[in-house]
Amino acid sequence: MRRSYLLALQVLVAVVVLVLWHLASSTHVFGNPKTISFFFANPIGVGQKIYTWFVSGSIWYHLWVTLLEALLAFVIGALGGIVFGFWFARKPLVAAVFDPYVKAANALPRVVLAPIFALWFGLGIWSKVALGITLVFFIVFFNVYQGVKEVSQTVLSNGRMLGMGERQLLRHVYLPSALSWVFSSLHTSVGFAVVGAVVGEYLGSSAGLGYLIQQAEGVFDVTGVFAGMFVLMAFVLIVDWLMTVVERRLLVWREA
Amino acid sequence: MNTNAVRAVSLKKVAISFGIGQRNQFDAVVETDLEVGEHEFVAIVGPTGCGKSTLLNAAAGLLAPASGSVEVFGTPLKGINRQAGYLFQQDAMMPWKTVEENVALGLEVAGTKKAEARASARQWLARVGLAAFADRYPLKLSGGQRKRVGLAQVLIRNPKLLLMDEPFGPLDAQTRLLMGDLLLKLWSEDRKAVMFVTHDLDEAIALADRIVIMSAGPRSRIIGNFTVPLPRPRDIAEIRHDPHFIGLHRDIWRALRDEVMKAYRDTPEGEQ
Ligand SMILES: Nc1ncnc2c1ncn2[C@@H]1O[C@H](COP(=O)(O)OP(=O)(O)O)[C@@H](O)[C@H]1O
Ligand SMILES: [Mg+2]
Repeated sequence: MRRSYLLALQVLVAVVVLVLWHLASSTHVFGNPKTISFFFANPIGVGQKIYTWFVSGSIWYHLWVTLLEALLAFVIGALGGIVFGFWFARKPLVAAVFDPYVKAANALPRVVLAPIFALWFGLGIWSKVALGITLVFFIVFFNVYQGVKEVSQTVLSNGRMLGMGERQLLRHVYLPSALSWVFSSLHTSVGFAVVGAVVGEYLGSSAGLGYLIQQAEGVFDVTGVFAGMFVLMAFVLIVDWLMTVVERRLLVWREA
Repeated sequence: MNTNAVRAVSLKKVAISFGIGQRNQFDAVVETDLEVGEHEFVAIVGPTGCGKSTLLNAAAGLLAPASGSVEVFGTPLKGINRQAGYLFQQDAMMPWKTVEENVALGLEVAGTKKAEARASARQWLARVGLAAFADRYPLKLSGGQRKRVGLAQVLIRNPKLLLMDEPFGPLDAQTRLLMGDLLLKLWSEDRKAVMFVTHDLDEAIALADRIVIMSAGPRSRIIGNFTVPLPRPRDIAEIRHDPHFIGLHRDIWRALRDEVMKAYRDTPEGEQ
């Protein structure tokens, strides 16, 4: 009951926005509809565009490319973050020496790297993957670092008293603790993987959702831009929902 | 002092300090001699912050004493005390492992086959009355249930020495009584050596063979040593009405009271 009520309200928001948008772009209620639909397109046109993309099947290829780039960026970035996060957390000297460099690198807006990556890795998927990695890596890195640092001393002592050596502590205590932090930051890191892919595509590529939006903008096809944005939003919502499912499964042990 | 020939633990002139060599070096425990017989249940009582956990950590090998010696079954202790099982004051289970996995852990890391370790874990869970909770995660258990899992996790390794740090501290009065009964039942099977830290004098008398009293810190020492002449098996709910119990309680409380007052007076407000 509660849930369906909430869902109804959420749908209602979308309906209201769509109706207002429709009224603005096809009647004189908010001004000249020609001007408004030139800048904001109109919902029916956008809907038709999305419909033809899916019916003709041309969108699937772009979706697949973006998904692949995001996935690769996430997996590689996360693995790197886990390895380096562990290394830094277990070797305080390393962490202390590299601290200013890590902070400096993380402060860099990643967009400026896109042209360099295009130069290094070409216009194919790998320049986008690289951009995504630079985003995902730091999130996972900081979380793993925190996760290893904040392992409860009591749990560690208990592990030692139960007969664990360093390797067994790593496997039974440090790693699960670090992974729990990684899992709880899944939403953010996966989101950034998608951002990296789309921004990279937008700045230079021949496939993907970012490319689709960029192409439409190039010819002032506002309907195409909006259609691309809506597909992207739906894509992110679905990915986010999947992450919620994954997180719920992996972190069942958390307090309710 | 007691008739046990073999000493499970023998602390000689042990001193433990924190921040050694610094300007504000803190001498938590000094000049401590304590012997625990092979089958002896010793309770350690003292005001809060006096160094009870510190002493237990020294016996566990988690803390090295600044001076003095720690011997375990006649051999000087180096590193972790492998003969000891430690039930910690705070939650110490791996929260990401189920109850059964937690209990089996001690056997698995020692190389026991997984199936065997798990079967043994289930037996131990049954003994502590948690057979139905094998697949739960620790954070989804009540405080008393967690302590029982902790007990199973420690006892499954069959340690010769049991270190217990206010194990029933956070539990309500009824649950404490039940846990005390359970502990005595399990203990009476093979009478391991026990060092049992508590701030509850009733609990100490009801459970232990001998009670040592520590003075308020810093530079805490052992200032009292009382043998408990009550026969076993004991019913820990009934035993508090025994005249011997009441007399002993009065004697120990006299020794303890001044130290407790001292600890309260010296502790800045907010830390209590
Ligand atoms: N790691 C530590 N560093 C500095 N001081 C400590 C540390 N652990 C304990 N102490 C101090 O040693 C004293 C004894 O602590 P503890 O053994 O935990 O007391 P108890 O268990 O009797 O309540 C306390 O004053 C405490 O502040
Ligand atoms: Mg303590």
